[in-house]
Amino acid sequence: MSRDSIGFTFLVSAALCVGCSILVSGAAVGLRDRQDLNKENERKKNILSVAGLIQPGEGAKNVMQIYEERVKGIIVDLNTGKVVTDDKELFPNPSEYDQKAAIDNPKMSMEIKSIDDLAGIKRRENYSWVYLINDENGKLTQYVLPVRGKGLWSTMWGFIALETNLNTVAGLTFYEQGETPGLGGEVDNPKWKAQWKGKEVYNKEFEPEIEVIKGSVNPESANAIHEVDGLSGATITSRGVTHLLDFWLGNLGFRPYLEQVREQGEK
Amino acid sequence: MNSKQKEVLLGPILNNNPIALQILGICSALAVTTKMETALVMSIAVTLVTACSNAAVASIRLQIPSSIRIIVQMTIIASLVILVDQFLKAFAFGISKQLSVFVGLIITNCIVMGRAEGFAMKNEPGISFLDGIGNGLGYSAILMLVAFFRELFGSGSLFGVQLLKLSRDGGWYDANGLMLLPPSAFFIIGFAIWILRTLKTEQVEEA
Repeated sequence: MSRDSIGFTFLVSAALCVGCSILVSGAAVGLRDRQDLNKENERKKNILSVAGLIQPGEGAKNVMQIYEERVKGIIVDLNTGKVVTDDKELFPNPSEYDQKAAIDNPKMSMEIKSIDDLAGIKRRENYSWVYLINDENGKLTQYVLPVRGKGLWSTMWGFIALETNLNTVAGLTFYEQGETPGLGGEVDNPKWKAQWKGKEVYNKEFEPEIEVIKGSVNPESANAIHEVDGLSGATITSRGVTHLLDFWLGNLGFRPYLEQVREQGEK
Repeated sequence: MNSKQKEVLLGPILNNNPIALQILGICSALAVTTKMETALVMSIAVTLVTACSNAAVASIRLQIPSSIRIIVQMTIIASLVILVDQFLKAFAFGISKQLSVFVGLIITNCIVMGRAEGFAMKNEPGISFLDGIGNGLGYSAILMLVAFFRELFGSGSLFGVQLLKLSRDGGWYDANGLMLLPPSAFFIIGFAIWILRTLKTEQVEEA
């Protein structure tokens, strides 16, 4: 068979396809466990770091151990504010609930009208993880809520940690964002994130009130407790952070849940 | 090592640099050079992919029907890139997150394809492998040069170690924001090409 004949061409392409698929799928299957572990570890690390329990660069073993001891994940129905982790019908196996996958699943999420869509996320899942952080003695100290919203270029994914009064910020972090490096990308800057600690996100009526302002916060102003310095050169990213917090702390976000916790306490 | 092997391996670093002379692979040279660390990982990945794809293409070059040779090369390159991506995700997760889509985009890096078509199709696997390493090194040299200037002047650090104390952290150095944006790589590559062609006048193209 000559090299350029049709038969040989088919033969070569078939052989090549088989060879390459074996190689690629072999690697994908063989490395999957390790990759999943990395992702899981990364998520736990982000939760621990927003709660201030670890410093950057902590080893994987420590992360797993601290997470086991101090963090408890619960699933919250965002529409009713009820905790549904134990609802066997909805979640036969709660630890496998994949919140990110739920966003694109029409049965598990809802479309948000553009007028309500402050965070620019278009769809919102019906159920969200909330992470309860305990101190060494098992006493509840923080609530970690997953948040996300549009910045200038990208959707910023992060966590906000609230203290047990459900108002004071214990920490804020963005673990995935594609904002301009050096400008909007500074949402990831530890110095900027540090000033969130101690800020209050709700006003007296329990309505979300937190703003990333332009320029620096005047400590004398009456609203200083609800304000955070803007990122210089990143107006739209700063506004994005304000809006995404307004959304996730509001009625379509965690407010129904937080209201219930306020009235009844976390069981 | 004989002189041909040496030429194939070291030539692409200065005399026949894929970025500076052939102007290939610019896209990733802009995208991953804000930090030395990501640039280094990208360099290693591209070097490995170029070398292995060259060797693979060269070893079956006598069997590849000429009508589908580009597709065959592409398939080999794509498979290797997926392998690299999978390994990074498993063993260097932090860095693979930073490189994100650009590892996948090695597939479209013209250097890889250019060497497979231009060199590996006509040469033995051994020398093709060396050619891949050589071109990878040439690519790496420019990438590291660009990343050196961009990280030093853009973030005041090298390999993440803070050398110039930034003014926003109370130091004296005002970070140069342009260096963090992709266009700065154009300027640096432009200067590199200028210097290279001043020293090696045979690289100057006829106007």
